[in-house]
Amino acid sequence: MGKNNLKAWLYLLPAILFLGAFMVYPLIDVLIYSAEEGYNSASQTYFGVGLYNYSYVLHDPYFLQAVKNTFILVIITVPLSTGFALLISLALNSIKWLRNLFQTIYFLPYVTNTLAVGLVFMILFKKNAYTDGLVNLMLRLFGAGPVDFIDGPYAAKMFVLCFYTIWVVLPFKILILTSALASVKQDYYNAARIDATPKWRIFTRITLPMISPMLFYLVITGFIGAFKAYSDAVALFGTDLNAAGMNTIVGYVYDMLYGDSGGFPSYASAAALILFAIVLTITCINLIISKKHVHY
Amino acid sequence: MDHRSEFDRIERNAKIRKTVFKVVVYALLVFWAFMVLFPFYWMILSSVKSYSAYNSEHIPKFFTAEPTLQNYFDAFEAVSLGRYFLNTFLFTVITTSVMIFVIVLAAFAFSRLDFRGKSLVFTFFLALMMIPNELVIITNFQTITNLGLRNTFLGLILPSVTSVFYIYLLKENFEQIPEELYKAAKVDGTSDLKYLLRVMIPICRPTLITVTILKVIECWNSYVWPRLITDDEAYFLVSNGIQEIRENGFGRENIPAMMAAVVVISVPLIILFLIFHKKIMAGVSRGGTKG
Amino acid sequence: MKVILQNLTKRFPNRNRKIHTEVVAVNDFSFEIPDGKLIGLLGPSGCGKSTTLNLISGLEKPTSGKIFFGEDDVTNLPPERRGVGLVFQNYALYPHLTALQNIMFPLGNLKGDQKLSKEEMVEKAFEAAKLVQIDGLMERKPGEMSGGQQQRVAIARALVKRPRILLLDEPLSNLDARLRLQTREEIKRIQRETGITTVFVTHDQEEAMSISDLIVVMKEGVIQQIGAPQEVYDEPKNLFVAKFLGTPPINVFSGEIRGNRLWIGGEAILSTRPLPDQKVKITIRPEGFLPKEDGALSLDLIGIEVMGRDTTVVSKHPDCENVEIRSIISSETRIDTARSNVRFEIKPHKTFVYDPVTEERIDFLKEEDHG
Repeated sequence: MGKNNLKAWLYLLPAILFLGAFMVYPLIDVLIYSAEEGYNSASQTYFGVGLYNYSYVLHDPYFLQAVKNTFILVIITVPLSTGFALLISLALNSIKWLRNLFQTIYFLPYVTNTLAVGLVFMILFKKNAYTDGLVNLMLRLFGAGPVDFIDGPYAAKMFVLCFYTIWVVLPFKILILTSALASVKQDYYNAARIDATPKWRIFTRITLPMISPMLFYLVITGFIGAFKAYSDAVALFGTDLNAAGMNTIVGYVYDMLYGDSGGFPSYASAAALILFAIVLTITCINLIISKKHVHY
Repeated sequence: MDHRSEFDRIERNAKIRKTVFKVVVYALLVFWAFMVLFPFYWMILSSVKSYSAYNSEHIPKFFTAEPTLQNYFDAFEAVSLGRYFLNTFLFTVITTSVMIFVIVLAAFAFSRLDFRGKSLVFTFFLALMMIPNELVIITNFQTITNLGLRNTFLGLILPSVTSVFYIYLLKENFEQIPEELYKAAKVDGTSDLKYLLRVMIPICRPTLITVTILKVIECWNSYVWPRLITDDEAYFLVSNGIQEIRENGFGRENIPAMMAAVVVISVPLIILFLIFHKKIMAGVSRGGTKG
Repeated sequence: MKVILQNLTKRFPNRNRKIHTEVVAVNDFSFEIPDGKLIGLLGPSGCGKSTTLNLISGLEKPTSGKIFFGEDDVTNLPPERRGVGLVFQNYALYPHLTALQNIMFPLGNLKGDQKLSKEEMVEKAFEAAKLVQIDGLMERKPGEMSGGQQQRVAIARALVKRPRILLLDEPLSNLDARLRLQTREEIKRIQRETGITTVFVTHDQEEAMSISDLIVVMKEGVIQQIGAPQEVYDEPKNLFVAKFLGTPPINVFSGEIRGNRLWIGGEAILSTRPLPDQKVKITIRPEGFLPKEDGALSLDLIGIEVMGRDTTVVSKHPDCENVEIRSIISSETRIDTARSNVRFEIKPHKTFVYDPVTEERIDFLKEEDHG
């Protein structure tokens, strides 16, 4: 028994070492950081212990702007992307011809570099001295004036960010929902058809309940992912997100840690813990709702 | 009233309704396929337009009569694109192979060996799955900085060579191998390590391939950690390179060259995807998370 | 190789940790397996037969007791050093290896002087494959073979290293009925040809009876009876063995011994040697019924099932434990199905009497009936 024990721990050793150093220790450390007031990175000293860091972060206009941006992003993109993914998956599921081709195309954004494609989006939406950009040309066809989506009004920038976020998250959702829809047994549909059930009723009474576990899984992971939005914004608006007024909570954490306004790990820790608390709360609410509605 | 014609009418109506439905469905699908593909088309198109042609088009053209590869040469000359490429390649290969090594050993211990405290340790591992990266990255940044590992490959790689989720995925897969196989091997005098190498790993190869592909995608696209840990251009990965190009490269407005760089960076993963698209999609739907 | 099991006991902790009692899988098991014989370990599921097999193979260590292979005490030897071959119900072939690679796998583990060259391994693998007649399928993977072929590969893999003992754990359960019969004959043949002492675990009594030189009937970890198949069938030591062996199952009646006669209900069916009056369980094999107009036992007729070679009479009796009494009679005997009852004379040698409490057998036959 003793020999066996030793051997097992030996197999586990690398994983435990790495997890200990880069997950467990940081987890404890981040709590400590967030409580150390006036921490100085250079001298590694601090004045006292308390909740001042939290208070600073919560009163920082940049943080409040980041929270506002993040919440708007979450509220718009999660329902829209999930709904649109469901629509596309239903459409995919109702056809045979070219189905695989469409599925493959839709998945393409998943494997592309968010930063790289973000640049393309920026160019498509940007208005500069030489050109109004392709999107603005399209808008002109409908009689709308040129808008600078990248450096212009807040609503326009938010629109691009949401649009790009949805473009990035759709592949995963479409993939999951298509396979969920495909796994609903044809027998149910046949039975419903024999009873002359109308299509809408088939959808609400058979299809939706059958895929509800996956749908809720997507909503929950969608919320978590959207709250952690960062690189999409960087791709569109550059690294100085505070200046663009488009920072996100995660962006705020990184900016506090590093970069032009960086060097404040205590503020970063406090902000990260606030984000964690928000995500945890939302996830719990989601889970409670899903307990009531999901049919397993 | 002729029953025959009544029946025909109903049938015809049903047919029309079905056709209309099909047209609407395909219209939707084609629309989104266009939305997905258009940025890729635009990126390739812009990358082959000459600098002067691009900037003289107040109204961008949807095709170009004189494609040029000049932008690609510019991209490789003006910034160290080749260097970023090599860095990312090394980072991806090393990180992925070390991770596979670590998770295979851990998954084997959890699935096949009996030891005291196993369920406790495993529960602890599972709990770690809930910890978001944002929470631990702060200390990791400090740790790596204090160890003097900024702007080194070691610093880039170390924090991302374990994944609790992949350990879990692999352990579940290992456990599906029938107990009898292990017994048969034991009776034949096979050691645990040999059983792992000769039997478990070959049987679970599909899962290992999935994990590898997912990790490769993750590595190739990783941005946040490399950005924190490298400010020396010699250690930039492609994502940071792109950002660098955007902020400082090409005198800001050389968009065709920028697009050429974007194409070059995107191509490896797209090729990987086109070859393995079935495997990748099956793997992601089983164990992927993003978004 | 002779195998001796001495007072073997295996206890497991209860699955439910809150209950501290242990589960006794094998209880004080003593038995000697003669050299070169095929032994059938027989019992309902959960009776400890597979645990016994695992103890012999060394995959599990006994809580107490000893195991000898010939003169060697192997109790504390790990499985790889015992030289046993093991065949599983689900074959346990490595799915990613071909039949040849599967059969060669055990040879690849040999070390030191025993190490074989690649050619020797292939040669030995083909030898084993010929024995089970799958040498034509060596390049196939398990997924490309039928269940019967896979089982042959599994047997070849167990035989290739010339084990001292061959252990078969329910090897036929996953095969369909026809293959099961065929493979059963095959195992018998291979065992005869190789002369390897073989232990065969099964819950199917017909399988065990047809193949084994000796059968061991187990219940809840305890040996009930050991003997040649026919002997166990003809002389079941206790009620469990009587009920477990035989298809259709034996018919069990609540009856009594009174005035040196066996009574079922109000009818005396047989006379006995001098015995005290007592309540008993009377069991009669299906073939122990002889239809006669003036037979001693009257049963309520339900119907008859014609099987061709013989006929099954299905009937009822209020004192019978079985839902239906099944008796097998010659197909030449005509039964009038219009009547509501049928009378039988009972054959004494197909009838066994058991104490209702201890369930041990009571010998009721008179001197002159023995032998």
